[in-house]
Amino acid sequence: MTDSHATDSYMIEADHLSKHFEKLHALNDASLKVKKGEVICLIGPSGSGKSTFLRCIHGLEIPESGTVKVDGQTLNPANKAEYRDLRNKMGFVFQHFNLFPNMTVIDNCKFAQTTVLKRSDAEAEKTAIEYLGKVGLLDKKDAYPNNLSGGQKQRVAIARALCMNPEIMLFDEPTSALDPEMIKEVLEVMQELANQGMTMIVVTHEMGFARKVGTRVVFLEAGKVVEEADSETFFTNPKSDRAQEFLSKVLFQ
Amino acid sequence: MSQILTSENLLFLLKGAGVSLALAIGALLIGMVIGVLLAAGRMSKLKILNWLSAGYVELFRGTPMLLQIMFFYLGIPVLIRMITGVRVRMDIYMVALTALSLNSGAYQCELFRSGIQGVDKGQWEACETLGVSYWPMMFKVILPQAFKRIIPPLVSEFITLIKDSSLASCIGTTELMYNAQVLGARYYDYLVPLAVAGVMYLCMTLVISWLARKLERRMAVSD
Repeated sequence: MTDSHATDSYMIEADHLSKHFEKLHALNDASLKVKKGEVICLIGPSGSGKSTFLRCIHGLEIPESGTVKVDGQTLNPANKAEYRDLRNKMGFVFQHFNLFPNMTVIDNCKFAQTTVLKRSDAEAEKTAIEYLGKVGLLDKKDAYPNNLSGGQKQRVAIARALCMNPEIMLFDEPTSALDPEMIKEVLEVMQELANQGMTMIVVTHEMGFARKVGTRVVFLEAGKVVEEADSETFFTNPKSDRAQEFLSKVLFQ
Repeated sequence: MSQILTSENLLFLLKGAGVSLALAIGALLIGMVIGVLLAAGRMSKLKILNWLSAGYVELFRGTPMLLQIMFFYLGIPVLIRMITGVRVRMDIYMVALTALSLNSGAYQCELFRSGIQGVDKGQWEACETLGVSYWPMMFKVILPQAFKRIIPPLVSEFITLIKDSSLASCIGTTELMYNAQVLGARYYDYLVPLAVAGVMYLCMTLVISWLARKLERRMAVSD
């Protein structure tokens, strides 16, 4: 990890983001700064704007106001080449995996490498095999996604994102669509990634993961950042009433 | 009755069936090109292209095919004469093919559009987050998936075209329906020629349905 006191070492600076969907104020002046190597967990009740926040950071949703800086540079769709390069620094993992059903597992991992990064087929194959090995699915490389379990699909999706060598990984409820017995295998892959120093922002309902792996927790409600604390402090001593109430509901004690 | 069912007459009907099939295949393929272009127009960011495509589709879907065929054969020459002063005589086969193709293009536009828009939004987003640009995304991710859902309605469109090609008989195109009528008039017996023609239409459409089901089953295996 880099020096946490260096002010210019933020990987992500999301500044005062706001977003409406019709009349719903999904995101209301939300800000977040993420240093290299941090694992930020975005938590909060359903509809609190966690996913919208994450999607705005990536540019999947365009916020109505506010700015997002990646590695010190502002995301600006008008500047196409720079915008593309900055977004390519971020890997994204979806709740519903979004693997390409018409391609095998390894082709899922190779497709963007060859078309976007212009890697040779052999090079793409090597990278794909490396990351499929890391998520423990090398033996499934020639399978089609529809023949995999949910947990396997999500691990392939993580490998596919990692093949692009992102500097930061964004996870949008990566285990919410999984059967209970598949959750752990995915969280373990994510933990391993965090241990290796990957910068991560994770929208999650897995409080155990947030507490154990997360370095910092950001609690949102009604589109606002209500509380932000290092994870141990947040779980042992939440300050805001809203966070206390939320935790009392989700934690089984 | 038996005097109608000569091999010569059967061959005459078979030739007509060949013309019907050729018209349907030609219209399906030309209509496919038109349909893809129209679908691209309808989904374009340019408003003017949206309107032109939508207008085309409404025009061809909202008027009878019979009228369209007659209009191309009898109406367009008048229009050409009014503008250029030249007398033209339209080739009946070209008119039939053109009318069927333009009409089918309108229907196929809607097939392609709904097929493409029916692909899960997550697929587009996955490409976006991987940095994949529009055309590679279209050709490698969206269209292969859209194509699969388009095949069944495309087969229905082909079957419709085989049946609709019979409308070209009204301008004298010697396809199956027309030839059946010719035989009927020659022998003062419409029962046999029309029944035989019906069986021939049915053979064509059943074979196509059967082939399509086989194709679908084979494609289902790959995922």
